[in-house]
Amino acid sequence: MRIRDLQEKLEKKKISSTEATQNYLKRIAAFNPKLNCFLTVCENEALAAAKASDERRAAGRTIGPLDGIPIGLKDIFVTEGIRTTCASKILENYIPPYDGTTSKRLKEAGAVMLGKLNMDEFAMGSSNEHSAFGPAANPWNTAMIPGGSSGGSAAAVAADLCAASFGTDTGGSIRQPAAFCGITGMKPTYGRVTRYGIIAFASSLDQAGPMGNSAADVAVLLNATCGFDENDSTSLKEPVPDFTQSLGKDIQGMKIGIPAEYFIDGIDPEIETAVREAAKVYEKMGATVREIRLPHTEYAVPTYYIIAPAECSANLARYDGVRFGLRDKKAESLMEMYTASRTQGFGPEVTLRIVLGTYVLSSGYYDAYYLKAQKVRTLIKNDFVEAFRKVDAILTPTTPTTAFKRGEKIDDPLKMYLNDIFTIPVNLAGLPGISLPCGFSGNGLPIGMQLIAPPLQEARLIQLGDAYQRETGWHLRSPVL
Amino acid sequence: MSAWNEKYEAVIGLEIHAQLLTRSKLFCRCPADFHSEPNTNICPVCTGQPGALPVLNRRAVEMAVKAGLALHCDIQERSVFARKNYFYPDLPKGYQISQYELPLCLGGFVDMAVDGKKQRITLQRIHMEEDAGKLLHDARHPKVSHVDLNRCSVPLIEIVSGPDIRTPQEAAEYYRTIRNTLVYLGVCDGNMQEGSLRCDANISVRPCGQKEFGTRAEVKNVNSFKYIESAVLYEIKRQIGIVESGGKVLQETRLWNSEKCETRSMRSKEEAHDYRYFPDPDLLPLVVDKKWIEEIKKTVPELGPQKARRFVADFGLTEYNAAVLTAEKPIADYFEAAVQIHNHPVRLSNWILSELMRELKDRGLDVTEIKTTPKQLGSLIDLIEKGTISGKIAKEIFPEMLNTGTEPADLVKEKGLQQVSDTETIEKCIEEIFANPEEKDNIAKWRAGKTNVLGYFVGQVMKATRGKANPEKVNEILRKKLG
Repeated sequence: MRIRDLQEKLEKKKISSTEATQNYLKRIAAFNPKLNCFLTVCENEALAAAKASDERRAAGRTIGPLDGIPIGLKDIFVTEGIRTTCASKILENYIPPYDGTTSKRLKEAGAVMLGKLNMDEFAMGSSNEHSAFGPAANPWNTAMIPGGSSGGSAAAVAADLCAASFGTDTGGSIRQPAAFCGITGMKPTYGRVTRYGIIAFASSLDQAGPMGNSAADVAVLLNATCGFDENDSTSLKEPVPDFTQSLGKDIQGMKIGIPAEYFIDGIDPEIETAVREAAKVYEKMGATVREIRLPHTEYAVPTYYIIAPAECSANLARYDGVRFGLRDKKAESLMEMYTASRTQGFGPEVTLRIVLGTYVLSSGYYDAYYLKAQKVRTLIKNDFVEAFRKVDAILTPTTPTTAFKRGEKIDDPLKMYLNDIFTIPVNLAGLPGISLPCGFSGNGLPIGMQLIAPPLQEARLIQLGDAYQRETGWHLRSPVL
Repeated sequence: MSAWNEKYEAVIGLEIHAQLLTRSKLFCRCPADFHSEPNTNICPVCTGQPGALPVLNRRAVEMAVKAGLALHCDIQERSVFARKNYFYPDLPKGYQISQYELPLCLGGFVDMAVDGKKQRITLQRIHMEEDAGKLLHDARHPKVSHVDLNRCSVPLIEIVSGPDIRTPQEAAEYYRTIRNTLVYLGVCDGNMQEGSLRCDANISVRPCGQKEFGTRAEVKNVNSFKYIESAVLYEIKRQIGIVESGGKVLQETRLWNSEKCETRSMRSKEEAHDYRYFPDPDLLPLVVDKKWIEEIKKTVPELGPQKARRFVADFGLTEYNAAVLTAEKPIADYFEAAVQIHNHPVRLSNWILSELMRELKDRGLDVTEIKTTPKQLGSLIDLIEKGTISGKIAKEIFPEMLNTGTEPADLVKEKGLQQVSDTETIEKCIEEIFANPEEKDNIAKWRAGKTNVLGYFVGQVMKATRGKANPEKVNEILRKKLG
């Protein structure tokens, strides 16, 4: 409950926001060189925001629970006047002329933005190795990757380089690194948090979400960022509850489903054990656990790897060197300028996905791939609709393995893609999902479990997550840096 | 030389792009005004900044539906925006948001007449899409182009006709009919020079009697009625020439060159581009329910052809005059306002079609910009009908009326221009003329039966009275006098 603890200290005047910010800036200076979580540190802006927060507090005008709290934003959130790179060379010096809505809402909540966090380029990756500005490291073992694409966001929270952070999740990019780094991360229902100001990867899948060291902190962050935004046509108008109301509640009688399809060969046995242990904890707390089926699970990864690249190929067409970003100035013709700028600007994984996406949308292939994938997507979504008739939430491992060594999977894209096998279906179905620490492997690496709820039931996930964290202490462990 | 249509038939379809007269752009709040300084009406959304998203302009939808209703289309309750993907510097996102498989309107038709022959041209569809920016090339620096994004994302509707048009004249008439309808509705200003209305023509030829269509070529940006006829005719003859010499017409895009009066192949566009259309995931499907359609239907005004029929029936105008009068809504409205107050429809309409329209042309003004109100014009006509002034005098004072917005009655009084109709004054005037010894010969000519001398004397009376004498009265009295 880092945010709550810090807020209490601020209220009791045990520390000022300026001091807390300075502490974090010192930690960043000390540990970022090794961890490479932060791509941009906003020392001046952060201290100015902290000062403003302290002044508000002194005048009795504290805005709310996030006022004065230092946080980090994945470098995919557009921040006015502050370099936003998406970890890509093509945006290496891009200074946005506007603020995305999430960045704005956090500012309005009084949060102190420490800086922009490392990620896989354009959110495409599961290990933060595809960053144009160097990989991020897992604080639990710096030879290991922190996960991705919100790797820097997860590592920074785990290493306590910020009180909390925000990431984005298209196929698991919040939940998977949260699991690898032993923190709590949530992807809300599609449409709950605005996409205006998130650099688009796959428009029908992208969602922004909070990453913190507890469900309690995640609740506070959700309160500040969920809700309708008129700038986003896919933003939901549904009313947003106060998620902190779901804390401290018991879960007597809740029905939890465990899908058989998520306990397959190839999953790390320690992970399976840890997740089944977690199920027992829930039973002890009064929930009932039963097996359910999600029969189309095996089609999720191939479906995703048609839809996401297709949408990304169009979303990344705007990076053409004309209006902003990298432009090859030596080019002699328009075509040359386009191809040189994009070839130099995009990394190999991004290039791969653009080419793949262009292919599946092309004439003669659209029906067989893109259209078909959208239909299969509906089947996958319907699996969950069926399952939620019988259970209130679904419990699964977040990942099939714990964090792996840097360089281990980078040359095998398919192997890399299977990291997201348990998280992808949730994006395809547009559901909310949370990852919570539920144990450690024999070699000291965090294990994460995932809870999935029906649409708009983030409160239920907070309730279940918080209940688990009141019973266990996995989320309280910190890495030694 | 035989006419081209003796052995061949042309099959023509037109795609018309019309800019909607909304205040804002299609997907953002920027003003839809691209006459401003370059790159001043822009924002993160229409310049395709990272993270920006489109939000649909409701008014644009209303205007598009209005157009669809006026053109007798089937308004689709559910239509979908799709991304049309290609790279060009005037297209910031690298894709244009358009509609593909599920457009807003399907079907439709317009009725028109060419050389008196009535004809119905069907429409295939109308869909909504955003416009691209403008590229400006600097002749002094051939390697530099300037990009102005003011026009990016301005709302357009694309109206696609069926392949029903058969001649260059029909093409021009169809274009004219569509333009008039859109301008009448107030959804487009129909300005072809500025590009708020653009037209591409798809043209193919086939031997008379053949059922299959020939290969078609697209001629782009033929933006005036005059050019469309010339371009279509040129292209028809060009294609016939190819076919007659045993060649094959290429499916390609060609540009009309109005200076050289020819179409030229656009080599840079080559084969059919694969646009990789897919539904835009940033936008929800557009739902236009029956209730909304009904509300919009109420705002569709009486259109030109309908108005013309009414003018013939209610005011006894000729079909031709009614058609010309109703071609532009502001003129028709002006006429109707005037005729409500002074009920002389025939003379009023003739006056508008001759005197008023000539003055407007000479002054470069729109009828909505002149100082003379419909009531005042009606009064002027009234003065003529009542015999207070002659038609000639009326024509003389009309320009001044337009200059100053003065009441015609006041002008007449001020200048003492009342028509002289009383018998005594005219008789006196005639006597004065006859008293002139120089007129003896002419009087003798009349007595000798040369009736054209009458006209001469009428002219003399008019001259003497400075045009104020009532010509009919003068005629009448002269005949009596001369016997």
